[in-house]
Amino acid sequence: MSTQPAQPATLFSPALAARFDKLVTIYPVKRSALVPMLLYAQDEIGYLSDPAIVEVASRVGVSELEVRNVISYYSMLRTKPAGKYNVQVCTNISCMLRGGNEILDHCKKKLGIPNKGVTPDGLFSLEEVECIGACSWAPAAQVNYAFHENLTAESIDKVIDEYRAKGAR
Amino acid sequence: MATLSTHPDCVPVVSYRFGKGATNIDKYVELGGYESARKAIALGVEGIINEMKASNLRGRGGAGFPTGLKWSFVPKQSAKPKYVLVNGDESEPGTCKDRLIFEHDPHSVIEGTIIAGLSIQAKMGFIYLRGEYRYLLEIMERAVAGAYAKGFLGKNIFGSGLDFDIVTQTGAGAYEVGEESALMESLEGKRGIPRIRPPFPAVVGLYGGPTIINNAETIATVPHVFRLGAAEYAKIGTERNGGTRLFCLSGHVEHPGVYELPMGYNLKKMIYVVGGGIRGGKKLKAVVPGGSSTPALLPEEIDIGMDFDQVGKAGSMLGSGGVVVLDETTCMVEFALRTMKFYAHESCGWCIPCREGTDWLKKSLTRLHEGGAVDKDIDNIRYLAENMLGRTFCPLGDAAAMPTIAFVKKFRKEFEDHLEGKGCPYHRAPEPEPALV
Repeated sequence: MSTQPAQPATLFSPALAARFDKLVTIYPVKRSALVPMLLYAQDEIGYLSDPAIVEVASRVGVSELEVRNVISYYSMLRTKPAGKYNVQVCTNISCMLRGGNEILDHCKKKLGIPNKGVTPDGLFSLEEVECIGACSWAPAAQVNYAFHENLTAESIDKVIDEYRAKGAR
Repeated sequence: MATLSTHPDCVPVVSYRFGKGATNIDKYVELGGYESARKAIALGVEGIINEMKASNLRGRGGAGFPTGLKWSFVPKQSAKPKYVLVNGDESEPGTCKDRLIFEHDPHSVIEGTIIAGLSIQAKMGFIYLRGEYRYLLEIMERAVAGAYAKGFLGKNIFGSGLDFDIVTQTGAGAYEVGEESALMESLEGKRGIPRIRPPFPAVVGLYGGPTIINNAETIATVPHVFRLGAAEYAKIGTERNGGTRLFCLSGHVEHPGVYELPMGYNLKKMIYVVGGGIRGGKKLKAVVPGGSSTPALLPEEIDIGMDFDQVGKAGSMLGSGGVVVLDETTCMVEFALRTMKFYAHESCGWCIPCREGTDWLKKSLTRLHEGGAVDKDIDNIRYLAENMLGRTFCPLGDAAAMPTIAFVKKFRKEFEDHLEGKGCPYHRAPEPEPALV
């Protein structure tokens, strides 16, 4: 007979599951772990799938509905898959003044998808986003969490090509 | 990697350790780091608050409330635990300063949080970064782990017999969460909906306990107040506006960048000397002096000192320190529309004047921009915006209304040029969308 305690089934990698086990203990209330947990879950599996929502709800001790209610509030949380590389172009005021709309239009053409579209190979998605905190280095975009700043049509082309090469490997 | 810009007029106080490898705790300590926390322990509660009051440091998030006074509102006795909450949910369009602090000097945020905690006898602090700043969370997490390893956090900090813990986390994309009560809701694992005040967070805050909430730049400034001494710090700025500020210069200037300048620094000089003037030698049309929610100033209104009182007197606000410069080629209707689209997107929907008002204004401005508007639409925009003011739980409704009123008031002619048949000389036609796949 094994002396190991039975591990509850989890959707997440052992490292992330262990992180979640700890995350619910560091706050005065368990529920505080909800937003970070959703983000980390999404980072690992790409989006917040139904089973992921069920597991997060049970880990935090709230209902599935409460989790969905929180997800719908935060613009970075999604319940549908995005591309492997999510290109988020800022068009807010500081970026707009320095060509953010043109960068967005350029990305639409380059990737052949509209705002909120995903390429057929699933490699890229494109999103027009609100201010990302790169105003003094505008125009700017984020690919997943990485910042790309002082963009021109040429430099965003290069950025996208590099991700494409990385994704093909 | 984001870097600080410099100019001979810059005064490095908050940026004193930027670019010196201070993300490493040993380097931070070598540069005098954590000495302020030791001083604060020796000073005790009253001593810390007196020093903070004497520094004339005012909240760098936008409202400019005196920091020492804010801390003094927390009751000495409390049945519930007290907390410190650092607002690093930097999201006001035009603002990118807290990012530099987290990136270059994470320990100053930790040390400031400890001192804030000492001033109210709290045992726990939270540092909340916006979700987009994941790389900065990683920097902060390493810094916090380093501080625990040195005994600066955890049990018996600095051998003082006091305990203090810090938890770091990010949000997940929501401007509204930068508002203090919505921030507390988010940290409690809920939608970021504002709470009605009173009670103020100093009395009933996070988890119902008395809470200090300060902007990350305010908190990062605190150790420098103790490093320099409150009197020396206050001397750098102007009357009732102590110290320096990280100004984020963006838009149509030759040299955009984040510059640390004394409070009260002349706005015109900031644009023409520090920022190198208007890009391409063009003419200035307007300046948004403190982030997207602050009313725009005309070229003839910018010969003012950048502190809370002087910008207030000029009919706008110092806000978050985001100075957005617009040249003569900017379409003010397009600019007003982009601003409103942002607020309509970010309104949490809790208060009807904000939820409905931002959406209605967005529709009216879109119609004006696209050329289908009628005469009374312009007055209607102003009327709608004026009726949002002061009618919401949090300032998001005001933040959307105030700049809109100023745009209509100051650029009425340009709004009229957009009416049917006239056409806007600056108009940029939207590109057709590729088909959805």
